[in-house]
Amino acid sequence: MSMPTPPFLKIRGLKTHFPVEKGLLVRKTVATVKAVDGIDLDLNQGEILGLVGESGCGKSTLGRTILQLIEPTQGSVHLNGRCLTELKGKALRESRKDFQMIFQDPYASLNPRMTVYDTLAEALLSHQSIPKSELSQRVGQWMNRVGLSPRFIKKYPHEFSGGQRQRIAIARALVVEPKLLIADEAVSALDVSIQAQIINLLARLSKEMNLTMIFISHDLSVVKHIADRIAVMYLGRMVELGSAESLFDHPRHPYTQALVSAVPIPDPSRERTRRRMLLPGDPPSPMHPPSGCSFHPRCPHAADACQVAFPEWVREGDRSIACSRLEVVP
Amino acid sequence: MSRPDQATPQPSTWPESAHSLEEAEQGHSLWQDAWHRLRKNRMAVFGGLFILVMGLASLVGPTMVTHGYQEQNLELRESPPSTEHWLGTDKLGRDLLARVLYGGRISLTVGLVATAVSLTIGLLYGTVSGFCGGKVDAVMMRLVDILYALPFTIFVILLMVFFGRDIRLMFLAIGAVEWLTMARIVRGQVLSLRKQEFIEACIALGLPLHRIILRHLAPNVLGPVIVYSTLTIPAVMLLEAFLSFLGLGVQEPMCSWGSLIKEGAEIMEEAPWLLIFPGSLFAMTLFSLNFLGDGLRDALDPRASKD
Repeated sequence: MSMPTPPFLKIRGLKTHFPVEKGLLVRKTVATVKAVDGIDLDLNQGEILGLVGESGCGKSTLGRTILQLIEPTQGSVHLNGRCLTELKGKALRESRKDFQMIFQDPYASLNPRMTVYDTLAEALLSHQSIPKSELSQRVGQWMNRVGLSPRFIKKYPHEFSGGQRQRIAIARALVVEPKLLIADEAVSALDVSIQAQIINLLARLSKEMNLTMIFISHDLSVVKHIADRIAVMYLGRMVELGSAESLFDHPRHPYTQALVSAVPIPDPSRERTRRRMLLPGDPPSPMHPPSGCSFHPRCPHAADACQVAFPEWVREGDRSIACSRLEVVP
Repeated sequence: MSRPDQATPQPSTWPESAHSLEEAEQGHSLWQDAWHRLRKNRMAVFGGLFILVMGLASLVGPTMVTHGYQEQNLELRESPPSTEHWLGTDKLGRDLLARVLYGGRISLTVGLVATAVSLTIGLLYGTVSGFCGGKVDAVMMRLVDILYALPFTIFVILLMVFFGRDIRLMFLAIGAVEWLTMARIVRGQVLSLRKQEFIEACIALGLPLHRIILRHLAPNVLGPVIVYSTLTIPAVMLLEAFLSFLGLGVQEPMCSWGSLIKEGAEIMEEAPWLLIFPGSLFAMTLFSLNFLGDGLRDALDPRASKD
């Protein structure tokens, strides 16, 4: 019997709670926002996970917590066998080259006063020493690699378009040759035509570099295009996890069903007959989440039991669903 | 489902980049853009040049003119402008040109030194407050609020009365009052910059803190700081003039523009040139500094920049 290979990225019971404080000088915690409230997740090396959910469901906080940009309240993150949540100070700084992030807004994620060369060279030099003669060569190669001409390396961010800037941001994240990449809404700020280019670039680079990637987005159709598996989040918790195609074709969790039904079909005749599942009400405040399954106030299939406890995970093939009413859900 | 990388075939090897830094197209930094905008602003350019000339004149002027600023000639008291005394003489027969230039030296020095003091304190205080955030920020800013609430003119006057009229003390007193606004401006800038994604990207890259502050934070805070400094200099000079006018400023035989205006105002009916010359030079300098400050603000304002 062979030992099962441990997952490359292992997340257990990860929680990130933000205290809400009040008071002028003496601050009291009056409430907590449970942005991430108990996430378990395993990822294999080279796998691309799409993380979807509506605004404020904790996707970005989860991403930042995995990367130790926000300190978790509880839980652990293991990358390649090493526990990231235990790292502190210099050890954490030095290990950061293994996990990088691409940010949402390419207009805010680059220092406006530094040339592309300076930005990329700084990233290149952050974890290794490279002789100066080789440095410009390396920067130029990376410019090529993300589809920009090395002629532009002395230009400043404001001289590029949004898509070009995102390419620079991708290069900055990848020059340190990370093993894990988290793309936080990396294409949401871009035009649809540019989105496809950037997604293709990310897909190609992740394959070339055998990157493990978490692709965060609120747009299911974007995620479907790039991800191997998709995780759906609602109010700080994961509600469904499965392979990209099957989850998209046969969503099981009522929330996922609502999400998938909201994706427009780029075919007018079929779009007209598309059945939309409209959810009543607004997403509840993460400060006062509903008891039990946090989706129950908006769920068309909710029963009394749903208000009591968060449902057990149900496995159906390669799919995991956190719903106790699956027998009545179509 | 076809994977996107199959849909758009890409070369497996990227072209060898033979480009050197020298061949790269030169970009325009935000500083360069600001400089271009500033140069187009006529008033700001005029202001800058005037201050340059004024600074140079008060630096070397007092040694160039034939009369010393404290040289008395009691036979030529309150004489109007002549070929000997270009701007006339004051009530003790001292050459007004020499005194105006010397006064400019004092006034400009007070302006520069007190601004530098306020800049140093404000920059340090504001950066620490903004970067640390949380409780540290709250306590530090409440202290600034309390100091703000003190009637600072009375504070400076009290200082002068108790510790005597020492010009070094004046630098300190004015600087100590003026840093409050600077600290607030810097803190606000740092606070908003700290939340910017490029700072977060630096942390994600594992860059050391001092590098983040010096290379990423500081250059982006500098714009508003430069503007505010340029506007602080005239404010400080005015404060010094005000103190001198009250007789709390520099002491005889030293003089500043403020004390010259005070003397001139006392006998303006008999000898109007004693008020007109120092007064108009002072006003021109204040105008120039304000024009330059406004020009810098327009040039450095991020909202006016290309994106």
